[in-house]
Amino acid sequence: MRFVRETFLYPARCAMAIAASIILGFMTLPAAAELQVDITRGHLQPLPIAVADFHGTQAVETQVGRDIATVVAANLERSGLFKPVDKRAFLQDAASLQVQPRFADWRVINAQALVNGAIRVQGDGRLKVEFRLWDVFAEAQMAGLQYTTRRENWRRVAHIIADAIYKRITGEEGYFDTRIVYVAESGPANRRIKRLAIMDQDGANHRHLTDGRALVLTPRFSRSAQEITYLSYFNNTPRVYLFNIDTGRQEVLGAFKGMTFAPRFAPNGNSVIMSHAENGNSDIYTMDLRTRKSKRLTSHPAIDTSPSFSPDGKRVVFNSDRGGSPQVYVMNADGSNVRRISFNRGRYATPVWSPRGDLIAFTKQSGGRFFIGVMRPDGSGERLLSESFLEESPTWAPNGRVLMFFRQEPTNKQGGGGAVHLYSVDLTGHNLRRVVTPGQASDPAWSPIIP
Amino acid sequence: MRFKLFSLLAALLLVSACATDPEDTDGQTGGGAAAQTGGSAAGSAPVQVVPGSVQDFIVNVGDRVFFDFDRSTLTAKAQETLDKQAEWLSRISAATITVEGHADERGTREYNLALGDRRANAVKDYLISKGVAANRIKTISYGKERPAVLGSNEWAWSQNRRSVTTITGGAES
Repeated sequence: MRFVRETFLYPARCAMAIAASIILGFMTLPAAAELQVDITRGHLQPLPIAVADFHGTQAVETQVGRDIATVVAANLERSGLFKPVDKRAFLQDAASLQVQPRFADWRVINAQALVNGAIRVQGDGRLKVEFRLWDVFAEAQMAGLQYTTRRENWRRVAHIIADAIYKRITGEEGYFDTRIVYVAESGPANRRIKRLAIMDQDGANHRHLTDGRALVLTPRFSRSAQEITYLSYFNNTPRVYLFNIDTGRQEVLGAFKGMTFAPRFAPNGNSVIMSHAENGNSDIYTMDLRTRKSKRLTSHPAIDTSPSFSPDGKRVVFNSDRGGSPQVYVMNADGSNVRRISFNRGRYATPVWSPRGDLIAFTKQSGGRFFIGVMRPDGSGERLLSESFLEESPTWAPNGRVLMFFRQEPTNKQGGGGAVHLYSVDLTGHNLRRVVTPGQASDPAWSPIIP
Repeated sequence: MRFKLFSLLAALLLVSACATDPEDTDGQTGGGAAAQTGGSAAGSAPVQVVPGSVQDFIVNVGDRVFFDFDRSTLTAKAQETLDKQAEWLSRISAATITVEGHADERGTREYNLALGDRRANAVKDYLISKGVAANRIKTISYGKERPAVLGSNEWAWSQNRRSVTTITGGAES
């Protein structure tokens, strides 16, 4: 009934090695009949999905099984595309579900998809986690995977399972096995304490990376997701730094005379693109991380900042006021062929190229309000996804379907208000949600899928 | 040193607040800049100002100038203040300064860092044109990170679009 066809090992990093294998079902569906969610459509009904507690016989297995099911269901729910069915409505228990789903029992509680699984502690103490995704109406298995890992990795396994479910049903890559780096804020607005902080995409495993003595801003992940580039006012000198998450090592990037800021990694991870301010003029530079050579891309008396590479590394989108107000421009990666792409009413800033390459997210300021929006790389097809008193800094989920940004509330004269929080929104403009952080939060950056 | 400067400034702000209550001027732009009106506020302040001291600079010269939205051009009033700064710096020839550039909250973080840098350098260039040696002047941009006045209103924003000249050494004590 169950065949293990392939086993592949993820690169061992932070003792996070997780071995995965594919479990083949005994029935395969013709493609046309498959359960599917088309996420390119706008407002849609979330798909009812039942996520049963993963079955185990020992207490530790039962506990991890319950925890994994909870994390998987919470991920799917937060995406806005799925609606987990309340466990209390379930008619079939986890043990008999392991033998075979009684599909009628799941249809009657309106579950269209069903997830079940099992946990076994192996002789070496590692966990074997298997899961299956079922199409309740077609009465067929859609996916089955098996993972072997150390017990402390159960949360990552849950994210990987949620990604597999998301991908199987939507046809898009998932984004749950990712992390967020951001700036944790505390204290009054004029003496704000800002610290780099990192957490899993769902808020778990939260920790601070810096102690708050130096003002830090705008962290961004490298492709490897183990390194961050950010702006620090260490020694009251604003410069771009690199931060290695594994080792905690920090280093200033280059020996520039004058402020460096607005850094982002190139898609291949080998260079950082950023602004350098000299004598009151900000231009865009790249620095090769291997040779430590810098290269100037723009040379214009206007402000040129917030650069972001296209995913193929061939073009750069950036923010410039060379036309009289801040607008979005695109140029070739060598600085040639600069052209403006934002022409609608308003001031445009913080352009970020989607990891899929098809869209550019931006912050727009118009009529005393701030907006997060997207446009095509030629400037056409502008869509605004979110609006408030003050919001900025969009960052893309690695699948290019979800954006995160931060909002700031108005401040009152007594120094109250002014709170900053992270939000996420779907590319369709739906499913706007506050991202829960332990304290106030700004400048989010979404990691790639963890390698 | 830096901390002392801040607390001194805070004390001055409190003093001048008696004369010009920000609550009353809410909504007006360019109204009663605390430190700029420091000269008149000093009359009611029971402090002995040592000539050539940091306090002298803040109270009798004015440490800050203000900018229009998204602009770094120096207004006539700003130039007047900077003329006085240059004059003071020519007298206190050992003094060194850092010019901080700031922006209001109505812009993105990165753009405002560039704008603050532009403002600080506009002040630096003006002071150099008035005879202050370039090697006495450092600049730093804080963008929108260090507002002088709390509040999301026109008056607060007008006070936060500023440059602040801080004496970093060489003043009388």
